[in-house]
Amino acid sequence: MNGVHDMGGMHGMGPMEIEKDEPVFHSRWEARMYALQRAAGFHGRWNSDMSRFSRERMPPADYLAATYYERWLFGLQTLLVEQNLVTAQELATGRAATKADESAVLRASDVAALMRGRSSARLAAEVPPRFKPGDSVIARTINPAGHTRLPRYVRGRRGTVHIDHGVFTFPDTNAMSRDPKPQHCYSVRFGARELWGPQVAARDSVYLDLFEDYLDAA
Amino acid sequence: MSHDHEEHVREHDKPLSGPALRVKALESLLVEKGLVDPKALDAIIDLYETKVGPHNGARVVARAWTDPGFKRRLLTDAAAAIDEVGFGGQEGEDMVVLENTPKVHNMVVCTLCSCYPWPVLGLPPVWYKSAPYRARAVIDPRGVLKELGLLLSEDVEVRVWDSTAELRYLVLPERPAGTDGWTEERLAALVTRDAMVGVAKVLPPKAAAG
Repeated sequence: MNGVHDMGGMHGMGPMEIEKDEPVFHSRWEARMYALQRAAGFHGRWNSDMSRFSRERMPPADYLAATYYERWLFGLQTLLVEQNLVTAQELATGRAATKADESAVLRASDVAALMRGRSSARLAAEVPPRFKPGDSVIARTINPAGHTRLPRYVRGRRGTVHIDHGVFTFPDTNAMSRDPKPQHCYSVRFGARELWGPQVAARDSVYLDLFEDYLDAA
Repeated sequence: MSHDHEEHVREHDKPLSGPALRVKALESLLVEKGLVDPKALDAIIDLYETKVGPHNGARVVARAWTDPGFKRRLLTDAAAAIDEVGFGGQEGEDMVVLENTPKVHNMVVCTLCSCYPWPVLGLPPVWYKSAPYRARAVIDPRGVLKELGLLLSEDVEVRVWDSTAELRYLVLPERPAGTDGWTEERLAALVTRDAMVGVAKVLPPKAAAG
């Protein structure tokens, strides 16, 4: 979706500020929010692409005004209701109408193994690649209303395939219908001037990881 | 009772503010429904507050600086090499390591959200997730670096890596001068998070101490 989360190249966002000795969480609620997302996700009702899409759907003015973990709160509440773990009524009242089956709950003793576990989006599917390193490609001009990982700033621009990363889950379909649509994901190099015009340094470049469905041969 | 003391008391009695209250209500609901075990939340928080963080990545970098065979493996199959040092897992399954040199400066961003290599750097800092960085890193990387105190000469090539898929990036910074013969452990203490994202260099020991 053409949302405000797709920020690459926007102006007016202000100066860079790096906080010295920044804590991992700035308050307890941020820490609890982070952990709630992980623990609720353990039920397997959604994938990471659905999680990203849940946060992208925060209304744009709210998204820009919110802190990072406020966006996570919005996203988690959205997913819990959409995936029938919690009803809208329960969320509004804060009271549980029914109990869930507790057998599938994440326990403290499982946490280290969970976070150390590998849940790679890489797929074993044998899919022949359409492109190889060195090929010229154009990022498609598409405007999906759903989730996509093709930023606006690169659509319609010409680049060169740098690396074929192999076959991965396609986020656009995985977020909307849990269809992994296995396909190659490529690192594609775009010259800075191709993206931004003659004012920027000619030798600079931006690399994006782009799925085959985002690319045409140039 | 002094004014300061009154302020202090009021601070403690203050009801939880918006998001704190809403997150607390959500946690209570999920616990009451039997969907979440609060002890598991404590364990997740402890993991990222005390165990997983940029000190992990610093060890990877220091090993690459002292062991050429490891560095070669790190640059060709990063996740496997990082696993040798004992790190890996969620948000680090598929890793790419980018080597900074006197001629090429790599920096990493996620313009769409906040993708970041958790096993080696921990959770991302606020600036990495913030609108200024996400908006500007791709269109004005030199301006961003300059604002952060890193002035690159025109003959250095800047490569910005936008983490748009499930690959996670770690920058291997240049080893600073004045560290000949240093142990891996001593070198690791010099390596900063910001250098491993590519918005800073690792400073030579004298400057780092000062």
